[in-house]
Amino acid sequence: MAIYSTNEFKSGLKVMLDNDPCAIIENEFVKPGKGQAFNRVKIRNLKTGRVIERTFKSGDSLESADVVDVEMQYLYNDGEFRHFMTPESFEQYQCDAKAVGDASKWLKDQDMCTVTLWNDAPLSVTPTNFVELTIVETDPGVRGDTSGGGGKPATLDTGAVVRVPLFVQQGEMIKVDTRTGEYISRVKE
Amino acid sequence: MSNAWQPTCSIESLRIRAKLLHKIRSYFSARDVLEVETPLLSHSCGTDPYLDFFTTTYKCGNQSNKLFLQTSPEFAMKRLLCAGSGSIYQICKAFRKGESGRFHNPEFTLLEWYRVGYNLDHLMADVEDLLVFLSEESLSLSTTEKYSYREVFLNLTGLDPFVFSLDQYSAFVIEHNQAEALTICGYDHSLWLDFIFSHYVQPSLGLSGFCLVYSYPATQSSLARINVENPTIVDRVEVFFKGVELGNGYYELQDAQEQSQRFDKEIYIRQETGRPLVVKDDRLISALHQGLPDCSGIAIGLDRLLMILTESASIDDVLSFSIQRA
Repeated sequence: MAIYSTNEFKSGLKVMLDNDPCAIIENEFVKPGKGQAFNRVKIRNLKTGRVIERTFKSGDSLESADVVDVEMQYLYNDGEFRHFMTPESFEQYQCDAKAVGDASKWLKDQDMCTVTLWNDAPLSVTPTNFVELTIVETDPGVRGDTSGGGGKPATLDTGAVVRVPLFVQQGEMIKVDTRTGEYISRVKE
Repeated sequence: MSNAWQPTCSIESLRIRAKLLHKIRSYFSARDVLEVETPLLSHSCGTDPYLDFFTTTYKCGNQSNKLFLQTSPEFAMKRLLCAGSGSIYQICKAFRKGESGRFHNPEFTLLEWYRVGYNLDHLMADVEDLLVFLSEESLSLSTTEKYSYREVFLNLTGLDPFVFSLDQYSAFVIEHNQAEALTICGYDHSLWLDFIFSHYVQPSLGLSGFCLVYSYPATQSSLARINVENPTIVDRVEVFFKGVELGNGYYELQDAQEQSQRFDKEIYIRQETGRPLVVKDDRLISALHQGLPDCSGIAIGLDRLLMILTESASIDDVLSFSIQRA
């Protein structure tokens, strides 16, 4: 296992901290006059998603975390686990609800997504930035409305609820930004 | 095509730097302070326990010598003072290995000067005059603040830096969610002061003007004189602006024997902490035996001063080529 010293800490580096895999967000070198240098580091715990600040003595080190992002295809949900597969090797992984987290509301069978593996076990699932989903339920819109203003809730085929403009109708397919949960556009078939 | 050939700063920033250098020279010239140059490569270097240096090998005939790139021009300038130069200043590069970040580049520019016959109060007035002269056109500043180390430490943390109370220091960092300080600092009073000062005091210093902090604890000195009235403090001053350290100055230690002992102590600390070995500068010690005139001196980081004048977020914004593009 590789060891990283504070001066190698940079955004995105995956390290082990307090027995959890973490990702470095920010690393600031602080040196008081002629005194001991420190690194003030912002770190995200990849298990809990929580961001913490931690100070290290410059030159201290952390073990690397065996964390990799793998593109996978979402296969199906068996009720307890969701199943994913790497398209090249056909290797399958099952993720519990905790690992899937909020991604669950954007996952449609056959869609591609990113599964983060820690020691080859799924840690988290990130959907693609944009997904195309079908509206299964929404109130009929008011005639004449074009765009902007107001909007209405719409339930999608994955169970997610997003706000859509009034002119968008049930049965239509729409494009959604998964990072913000916002409606982007209608998808013309 | 890669843009790595391009400067990291703007052309305008180069002009501001040139103007700054010109103003510094006019300030010192008007006060009869002599501009000097000393070698960047030296046979020895500072013993600071927390500074790391670059070395190179100099081959001449069959002889091969290790040379150090200076971490500051202090020793060479003091040798000039001992040789009778009178008040001097220098604008030069200094090198510190491993220091890289938003406010650090391993190669940086220092302005260092020494005033013969000045004590710390005189020096502080001089620093204030110069900094205001250099920045008044670019910045609207409030009056320069001056605090003793103890006063500002107490005000901002409620802790007394001169009385080491592990209980109180620990309670303070735990309250601020920084329990890791306990592991980092252990029972080392000086390390605790470094930690608390840099995290909870320094960020609040000089928010609207320059701030001078003086009378440091005796544990926080390497070349400053012990105060004549109070042996627990040293006559050292640091300059801050918007929470950034700009410079460090001393009422200079004259006692050759004491200086030699402090070097030995620092070399010992370096050995204990496994840092690269240094060569004690015997030439400086010999010079001090000859006699250092009564003087005070300070070094100001010019790149950081430029960051302030140009309101830059990173040192890269004021360097022609930062280390990544050097």
